[in-house]
This record gives sequence, structure tokens and C-alpha cells, in this order.
Amino acid sequence: MDTFLQQVINGLTAGSVYAVVALGYTMVYGIIQLINFAHGEVVMIGAMVAFTVINALAPAGLPPLAVVLIGTACAVPVCMLVGYSMERLAYRPLRGAPRLAPLITAIGVSIILQHLALMIWSRNVLAFPQIIASRTYFIAGAAITTVQIAILAICVGLMGGLALLVYRTRLGTAMRATAQNPQVAGLMGIDVNRVIAATFVIGAALGAVAGVLFGTYYGLAQYTMGSVLGLKAFSAAVLGGIGNIPGAMLGGVLLGLVEALGAGYIGDFTDLCQYGWLSGAIDACEGGGQFILAGSNYQDVFAFIVLILVLVFRPSGLLGERVGERA
Amino acid sequence: MLLDVKHLEVHYRGIAAVKGIDLAVAAGELVCLIGANGAGKTSTLKAICRLIPSQASAMAYAGRDIRRSAVHELPRTGLVMVPEGRGIFAQLTVQENLAMGAYARGGGDPESQYAAFPRLKERRHQIAGTLSGGEQQMLAIARALMGEPKLLLLDEPSMGLAPMMVEKIFEIVRDIAARGVTILLVEQNARLALQAASRGYVMESGSIALAGSARELLDDRRVKEAYLGEARSA
Ligand SMILES: Nc1ncnc2c1ncn2[C@@H]1O[C@H](COP(=O)(O)OP(=O)(O)O)[C@@H](O)[C@H]1O
Ligand SMILES: [Mg+2]
Repeated sequence: MDTFLQQVINGLTAGSVYAVVALGYTMVYGIIQLINFAHGEVVMIGAMVAFTVINALAPAGLPPLAVVLIGTACAVPVCMLVGYSMERLAYRPLRGAPRLAPLITAIGVSIILQHLALMIWSRNVLAFPQIIASRTYFIAGAAITTVQIAILAICVGLMGGLALLVYRTRLGTAMRATAQNPQVAGLMGIDVNRVIAATFVIGAALGAVAGVLFGTYYGLAQYTMGSVLGLKAFSAAVLGGIGNIPGAMLGGVLLGLVEALGAGYIGDFTDLCQYGWLSGAIDACEGGGQFILAGSNYQDVFAFIVLILVLVFRPSGLLGERVGERA
Repeated sequence: MLLDVKHLEVHYRGIAAVKGIDLAVAAGELVCLIGANGAGKTSTLKAICRLIPSQASAMAYAGRDIRRSAVHELPRTGLVMVPEGRGIFAQLTVQENLAMGAYARGGGDPESQYAAFPRLKERRHQIAGTLSGGEQQMLAIARALMGEPKLLLLDEPSMGLAPMMVEKIFEIVRDIAARGVTILLVEQNARLALQAASRGYVMESGSIALAGSARELLDDRRVKEAYLGEARSA
């Protein structure tokens, strides 16, 4: 099996989901310079709602695709409402306050949502029922499943749709105008509060779908899943340049690739037995044995290594503008 | 009166920037508000547009009390401002900037401005931030016209422009006035402003120091000394 190609496929799949989640971070940041730490929780709620519905419908004998679609169709409006409410109740009252206030509030909202989910679903891991008969195809020795193909296609579709919305519609232009200069946007007759609310709602809808996809990919959903997924997507947004929409897409895909390739090769690199001068000293190496320091379970580390490297060497991200360039 | 402001006050953290001024503009007039840097001109315009909090005993536009209006409601009624420093959306294209100008009335065709602003037509797909200062000012004015204003507030449209471009901008302002748009023009270039306007107000440290017809003000000894750079005549 070709590890490289396999990990590229896995990385693109996870990365496209990160990208869709990262859009939620970057759009909100772009418009009100707030890192909405609670966005990961919105994604989690999307997955939990969808999985609850899917598990309830699974025995009914409906076509599997219909079950997943109904689950998603329930998750999206719930998340939109959550996104709208957090903006309306938590962030809007703090508009104009020093930036630290909404940032700490975002952490608070995140904790509240996570514990709300804990109260509703308890600590149970919701498993994705075995309803989809996933087929596996092989390309040049690497495997790709129908689920992966579906995830990639949906994410590309969502990103394309969002790009059309942001760059081709009146609302999208108003969003970009508001991001650049909210005062002047108001002078044009744009209701800035409504545009900001719309940004939260759109980001939450994307997050809901991403949550369903992510849960489906790994086969489970739990009330804690938003934290790490959210932090990874945030890293992806920073990698691409926070506030930059194409940057979030690029950052998500790159982060998925780095993570998958890292996980694929870290075992080889940290196998101390391959280093001749060390292997003699390690008993486990005798007779072609291995002594692996860090295995693919270290996968999650890569996102944070990327985050740290970007923050140290290129805080504006790959496509981000230098601070001070905004109009 | 199209715009009628009585006893307007603006405070920044307790410090008074506008100290109870009266200001009125009749339909069809071109009125200028001149004064030195820091006199409170921008604060006055921002207060009228509801961008900053203010107190007033009356603030009426087209007969409606606007003291509680939201910023975005006013352009829908034809009260449009071109802010100081132009305030163009630097990362949007020229055409997108123009489209945003018509947002308040539900959209409009940027073509309508291209006849008067051929330079903008040439550059319509360019990112607005790449335009020259003069072109950006034209864009800011054209964008405001997209909103089909009844009352246009202009905050120092000639600021930072080369003399040739200043002339051009004033020509445009006079054209707009000639088309029947009421204008309240804030300027530091007192001479050009008074020559274009029919009436003027002179603002000094938050108060109206003088008011009258443009003719009177141009001939006023204090205006000549302080704002027209003319030496005290014997
Ligand atoms: N955002 C602000 N915060 C504090 N003081 C301000 C602010 N904006 C303006 N000022 C002060 O208010 C006064 C009037 O300013 P402004 O209205 O901009 O005058 P002008 O437009 O005539 O130059 C000045 O003393 C200025 O320093
Ligand atoms: Mg000013």
C-alpha cells in the first residue's frame, strides 16, 4: 500500500472538513475581529443533533441517504439558531467594548454550550449506525471510500457556494464592506447588526454540516468533540490568514494534509532502531524490532505545531494581509 | 427647512467638541461649514448622520425627528454623507463600491455614474484601494450619488488633493448642486467653499462664530484674516 497517496487522500478528506469549519472562524473574525471560540461547540451540536435524529430513524427502514439528509436538515437550523443567539445575547451587547471582553465571553459561551450538550446527551458517545454500505475503491494502491468521496464533494460544494455568496451577491458584498469599514457601511444604508448576525448564522450552518460529516467520517460524536476540532479549524484559519476566506479554505486543506502525512510517517521517523548508533543500545531493536517514540496517535499534535510555527514566523498567515492594511 | 438642527452638542468622554450649535439648510441650497482643524465640523456631520451620540433640542430632516434614527435608516430617506477621508472600501472593486452606494434603495446600476465619471468607468474592475487620491474622492462622491441623495453631506472633499484635482472636485460639487441636490459642504478651503456656496457658517472651537450669505462672509474682515489668508488691510 502506498502510504503517501493514502495519507494524501485521508488528509484531503479531513482537511476539507477543517476548511469548512475554519470558514466560520474566519468570517466572524473578518467582520468583528472576534475569535469565536464557541464555534467548535456549534459544530459539535450539529453532529449531536444529527446523530440523535439518525439513530432514531435508522430502524425505520428509510433509505440511508434520506436518513442522513433528514438528520442534517434538523442539525442545520438548530445550529443557525445557536449561532444567532450567541451573537445576539453574548457578543452584540459587548460591541465597542475592549477586545478582551468578547474574547473571554466567547470562552464562556463555549463552556456553556459544551455543558448544555453534556446535560442533554450526557457523556455517551453517539455512534453512527451501520446503515451506509460504504464501498472502497483503489487508486494506485491507495484506498478511497464512498464516504470520503461524498465528504470531499460536499465540502467542495459548500466552499464554492460560500465563495459565490460572498463574492457575487449583494449580501456578500455588504459583508465584505462591513468587514472593511462598518461605519461607512452603515452610511450606505447597510444594517451592520443584521449583516453581522447573518455572518454568524451562515458560519453556524456550515459548521453544522461539517459536524455531521466529521462525525460520519469517524463514526462517532460526543459532547467534547468540538474542542479539538474547533482548535484545529482555528489553526487552519490562522494558517491561511485569519479573516481571509480563501485562506481558511487553503489552510484547512493544508492542515489536513500535514496532519495525515505527519501521522503516516511519524512512526518511521521516531523509530529509534533505524538510527544505527542508538539501536545497539536498545534491547527492543534486536532481531529487527522497533522502538517507536511517537506513533500516529500523536496526530493531533501537528495542528498545534503548525499553529505555533505560523504564529512565530508568519502571524498574518499564508494569504493574510499585514495588520494595518484594512481600509 | 430640509435640515434643521437646534442646540446640537457632542461630547467625547465629557469633553465638549460641539457646544450647542444651530444649523439649517433649505431644500436646494448649497451651504458650507468652514473652520479650522478641530473646530468640530466633522463631529457635527457625524452627529447628524447618527454615527456618534449627541444631544440636541431638535434635529429634523425632511420634517422628521432623526434624533433616535439608526445610522442605516437615514440613507434610505435620502440623507447621505461622504465621510472625511473618503471612506471607500479599499478592497472592493470600483463597481462594487458603487453598488454599495445604492444599497439603501435596494440596488442600482453603476452605469448611471459612468457618464459623469469616465475615469471610474475605465477602472471599474480595479480594486478601489489602487486608485489615486483624486479618483478615490470621485468614487466616494459617485458612490454617494448612487444613493440618489436629497441632502448630501460632504466632509472635506478636497482634503489632501493636488490643486488641479481640488478645482475638479469643486466643479463636481457645483454640478451636483445645479442638479437640485441640497448640499452641506464642510471645507477647510474657505475661499473655494464660499465661492461655491450661497450661505456659510464659520465654526470655531465647537461654536458657530459667524453665519451669513457667502458674499457677506467673503467680505467679512475676520473671515478674511483668519480663513482667506489675507493680510489686515489698512
Ligand atoms: N473620537 C474622538 N475622541 C475624542 N475626541 C475627539 C474625537 N473626534 C474628535 N475629537 C475632538 O473633537 C474636536 C473636534 O473635532 P472634529 O469634529 O474632528 O473637528 P474638525 O472636523 O472641525 O477638524 C477636536 O478637538 C478633536 O480633537
Ligand atoms: Mg474634520
